[in-house]
Amino acid sequence: MDFDLSPEQRLLAEGVDSFFAGTFPLSRVRQACYAGQPGSLDDLDAMSLHEMLVPEEYGGAGGTILDVAVAAERLGAAAAPGPFLGRALAGYAITIAGSDEQRARWLPALAAGERRATVAIGEPGDRWTLDAMGMGGRHLTGEKRNVLVGDGVDLAVVVLADGLAVVELEAGGVTVAGVDVLDRTRPMATLLFDRPEHERLTGGAEAAQLVLDLGAVLLAADAYGGAAQCLDLAVQYSQVREQFGATIAHFQAVQHQLADVAVDVLPARGMYWYAAHAMDCARDDASGFASLAKAHITERYVAAARRTVEIHGGIGYTWECDLHFFLRRAVFDRAYLGSPETHRQRRADFQLAGV
Amino acid sequence: MDLTYGADSERFRGEVRVFLEERWRPSDNPVDVAAFRKAAIDAGYLYRSIPRRYGGSEQPADVLRARVIREEFTAAHAPMELRSLGTQLLVPTLLEAGAEWQKQRFIEATIAGEIKWCQGYSEPGAGSDLASLRTRATLVGDRWVITGQKVWTSFAHEADYMFLLARTDPDAPKRNGISYLLVPMDQPGIEVRPLRQITGESEFNEVFLTDATTGADWVVGEPGAGWHVANATLQHERAWVGDVAESDHLLNSLIRLARRTPGPGGRPWIEDPRVRSRLMEVQGYVEAHRYSGYFQLSRALKGEPCGAVGLTNKISNTNIAERIAAIAIDLLGDASLLPHTGAGRPAEVGAERWMYQYFGSLGSAIAGGASNIQRNIIAQRGLGLPREQEK
Repeated sequence: MDFDLSPEQRLLAEGVDSFFAGTFPLSRVRQACYAGQPGSLDDLDAMSLHEMLVPEEYGGAGGTILDVAVAAERLGAAAAPGPFLGRALAGYAITIAGSDEQRARWLPALAAGERRATVAIGEPGDRWTLDAMGMGGRHLTGEKRNVLVGDGVDLAVVVLADGLAVVELEAGGVTVAGVDVLDRTRPMATLLFDRPEHERLTGGAEAAQLVLDLGAVLLAADAYGGAAQCLDLAVQYSQVREQFGATIAHFQAVQHQLADVAVDVLPARGMYWYAAHAMDCARDDASGFASLAKAHITERYVAAARRTVEIHGGIGYTWECDLHFFLRRAVFDRAYLGSPETHRQRRADFQLAGV
Repeated sequence: MDLTYGADSERFRGEVRVFLEERWRPSDNPVDVAAFRKAAIDAGYLYRSIPRRYGGSEQPADVLRARVIREEFTAAHAPMELRSLGTQLLVPTLLEAGAEWQKQRFIEATIAGEIKWCQGYSEPGAGSDLASLRTRATLVGDRWVITGQKVWTSFAHEADYMFLLARTDPDAPKRNGISYLLVPMDQPGIEVRPLRQITGESEFNEVFLTDATTGADWVVGEPGAGWHVANATLQHERAWVGDVAESDHLLNSLIRLARRTPGPGGRPWIEDPRVRSRLMEVQGYVEAHRYSGYFQLSRALKGEPCGAVGLTNKISNTNIAERIAAIAIDLLGDASLLPHTGAGRPAEVGAERWMYQYFGSLGSAIAGGASNIQRNIIAQRGLGLPREQEK
């Protein structure tokens, strides 16, 4: 029994933290995402987090799902910009669903950062689940929304009702339309498909579902990192802001608000750990648990981010305060890949089936 | 990441199973149960932290084995340790701070169920602010003479002894003048009056002490050190209420209630998407609590601290019980208008047990450190916010 991170995973988390503290603090997130000076994210790329799941034989890190989830948690805590989720899922999709030939063709390029791929999942009408998807079959026709892009992404793995397909974004028959987004750390585009050239991965709907499950786990991990960071920021601010002749940390109303956030957020960490671990071990409950963790933790994040803004008072409500990065990410994590309601119903169908 | 118990623990599990198959025949007869417990102690499965000379099985601390034992005994519906104020709160305190004669006289008799205890902490003017208690104890010759009033004293009406906190040095600072005394209940200076609880039962009482006495050496730890002795006990109490098994039991019972209770359209509530969503929302909290528990256990095994999350267990449990209660009264509908009955494990039979749980879940928000006190503890000890000023 050791339900804890390994020493290597703790080092990984510390490494990501120290990179962001030194090279990519919130002031740079602001510049890149909220002050119109995008700049390059290449130094972020040097950490090679995106292709952690790609097997070593193809030049990746051959990491576990828990490894990449731990990285996602720390990226969440840093409000890290870029299409990490899309890139991690794309690498995973080709790894689990590609034929040997497909893997050999795409994975080394992804691992080396020469090609950058994302995943296209959601369809108009909040359709994120395989059974709700319209796209599928032999020809790619239709619309994928909210596709994570930017940072040189030029390839997409398209999630279909019956499997996965790889498409060049430059290909004829693909239209990429950038959209304005709420969470500017995660730029998105709408993709229109009109029978472009594409290549089906060998894996079918089962592999596509695994991609969605991993997405849910990584969003849950991001949400935990962000929520715990909000709690830290609120605790720190309460210890410097003075009113009525004392720091507001002295007031029981504030202490109890913060304690309630702690009770809400801190126990949830093990949930995304287990969700990742269950996928690593291919446990029967992995898919339903991923949904439950995603629903639970992203809701905790939204609540924690809102409470943190409130504890900051007027300054928290300004554009100049960094807190809205987290609130926006919280809303993103909550809605992306399906609402808490959608995921709870999914888990209910697993858990409450039969009599 | 390793959620398995390891080969050694699994071997041990096999031994426990063999023992249960050979020795446990389901029975409600107290004689059979006592004989089984005796055999289980001899085999090293119960009262593991208590030395043999005090009636325990004196096993090295091993959380994993303890867990395996609990799992196997629960699966076989075999009786485990008595869960009483004496076994859960007093015995650990005596083991930590008691005099040798106290251990010999009280521990074995308590774990065998031969003597019963009540806890004399709260007073009418000292609830969450326990250290402001005013019950006085004065040493007169070789006896402590005790005068004061205790309240919310569970099982005082059937207890043989009370472990209580009394002020023995009124001039010392608030927390330093308190002593932890053991007091026989059967004496003229003690009057027990039952209090009727919100559930209608009378489990707790007020206890009036008027020149009640106990022996000079019936103090646990040094005179004046009672606050620290008691705090050790309170920590045992908080660990007691932090278990996920009770939440699992309650939520599974609620799901069974939703399966068998028809909603407005005549179909079982379990088919209603809103009910399914609410059940899964609680399931989320239960899973968070479960895996937080595994994490804390793992850190304890390694001797590493687990941070503020280690202080959230009691309130998490309470919150889960309250969420479950809120769903239960919606499912019950008009049945919630009927009277409720029944102590014991809630929620297995009819609506009346669920309404008992509905009221009872409030008790856990108050007993053993009220939720607002838990919030103070989390904020101050967990998050490092300033301690309140003593007024």
